[in-house]
Amino acid sequence: MRAWLTPRNAFVAALLAILALLPIYVAVTGNSFVMTLFTRIMILAIAAVSLNLIMGFGGMVSFGHAAYLGIGGYVVGILAKEGVTSGLVQWPLALLLSGLFGLGVGALSLRTRGVYFIMITLAFAQMVYYIANGLDRYGGDDGLTIHHRSEFGGLVNLSNRTVFYYLCLALLLACVYGVWRIVNSRFGQVIQGARSNDRRMRAIGFPTFRYKLVCFVIAGVLCGLSGVLLANHTYFISPALMHWTRSGDLIVMAVLGGMGSVFGPVFGAVAFLMLEEILPPLIKPFAALFTILTGIDASHAHEYWQLALGPLFLLVVLFARGGIDGLLLESSRRA
Amino acid sequence: MPEGLLEIEGLSKRFGGVVASDSISLSVPKGELHAIIGPNGAGKTTLIGQLAGELAPDAGRIRFDGQDVTALPTFRRSQLGLARSFQITSLFLDFTALDNVALAVQAHAGHSFHFWRDARREAALREPARAALARVGLAGRGDVLVSKMSHGEHRQLEIAMALATTPRMLLLDEPMAGMGPEESARIVKMLRELKRDLTILLIEHDMEAVFALADRITVLVYGRIIASDRPEAIRANQEVRQAYLGEQQAVQGVGHG
Repeated sequence: MRAWLTPRNAFVAALLAILALLPIYVAVTGNSFVMTLFTRIMILAIAAVSLNLIMGFGGMVSFGHAAYLGIGGYVVGILAKEGVTSGLVQWPLALLLSGLFGLGVGALSLRTRGVYFIMITLAFAQMVYYIANGLDRYGGDDGLTIHHRSEFGGLVNLSNRTVFYYLCLALLLACVYGVWRIVNSRFGQVIQGARSNDRRMRAIGFPTFRYKLVCFVIAGVLCGLSGVLLANHTYFISPALMHWTRSGDLIVMAVLGGMGSVFGPVFGAVAFLMLEEILPPLIKPFAALFTILTGIDASHAHEYWQLALGPLFLLVVLFARGGIDGLLLESSRRA
Repeated sequence: MPEGLLEIEGLSKRFGGVVASDSISLSVPKGELHAIIGPNGAGKTTLIGQLAGELAPDAGRIRFDGQDVTALPTFRRSQLGLARSFQITSLFLDFTALDNVALAVQAHAGHSFHFWRDARREAALREPARAALARVGLAGRGDVLVSKMSHGEHRQLEIAMALATTPRMLLLDEPMAGMGPEESARIVKMLRELKRDLTILLIEHDMEAVFALADRITVLVYGRIIASDRPEAIRANQEVRQAYLGEQQAVQGVGHG
């Protein structure tokens, strides 16, 4: 029998409680920056969870997952620019196009393995990146400002920050729950079986390709949703949204948080994006000291906060394969 | 003569200059345990690979239960009831034994586009899987991670996986590879039981097991069939003795002398 009150589950519960109560804290203190940060964290957590569905459970290392962020975002941005602000049009279309893109990329890339698979997914993402760069009408490489968040009639008002925050939280939870159901379903068994031993899967009678393809499309649609939310959140889209380093960030989030569980990437997104905020100010005094001691100008050192992330990531990969979630699970088992 | 469950006709496969299958023709009637023996490199695994659909033959045809399956992909052949086990253990190491077998059951329980229900709680998958585990002597080991099981258990699990696909014919690629005498004896006993319900094509190096089990034996040397007959006849066949059994017989002769 599994005990429910483990350190890991307590940690999950605490994180969920913090997320649920954060707007109250913000209302009391007026610190709206935290709310903006956590909205962003939850949105990118959806992307990381979706990536983990194919990467962690399906063994399909997509190095072009940020393309879906861009597709979702650009559908919202372009439609808004053309005067279509209804979310009932924007959102389904964004998800549909994300799914179709996933279908195309998957149909080609899933015929390959390993490095070739990674390269094909990267190539497709770069293609979309350069297409967005060339869209002069929609800002080209400068990007495009979105003046209004998606409108849902009188249903929900996304322009209200608290409403938008809770919508993102609800969608993240729905996403995690949905992926959890998928992973444990018959479909999920096939996906994980194919990761573990594709050849054997075919020998026992599974046409693995079509299952992997459907999984790839599901992940694309979920990440497209993340892109839709991101565009709404920042009122802005640009090709940078889908730069290949963004895809790398998503992989880091999933690995850092733990690929073995559905919830792991959420931890990863929280840790990664918090570090992104915390590390630069931490670096600043060291940089100043460095400048005083050596006379070399290091006033931009904080922009290279990822220099500190690198070693941290290395430690996780070398000593904590299961990521944050794995560490928590381990302590749960010991308890 | 009635058509066999498995009919192989003029099957040929070349790898560069090496002829791995040299127009092999073979008929395995329903209910037979047919063993294929031959020295290393005789093309036994290549033959199984072609029968299972992992390798495409250069020429020839394979018919299973009257249907031409030569061009069918692996998963389709499995769905028709042609199951294989692997010489080099090929399991889902990060799954439990029961999960492994349940997956094999699931492969033959309709399509798997079910996204919601917990597959590990579906009795329709778990019960047949448990039965298959029990059949190979692994009852009670279902919850053990495969990576934590012994080599002998892996071999048993290999067969349970093949069984769980409700096959009509088993292609067993050296099920006793790397096993001790005790474990081998257990597998022989198990195969003798399976033989009652299934047609089996068995590749095996363990001659004692082969001669104890087989209804017919085919001897493959350099991809070519040099003899295909009942065990007694194979034992007496001069060409076979020279090409393959000779060495062993000599050793046995010394032992008996």
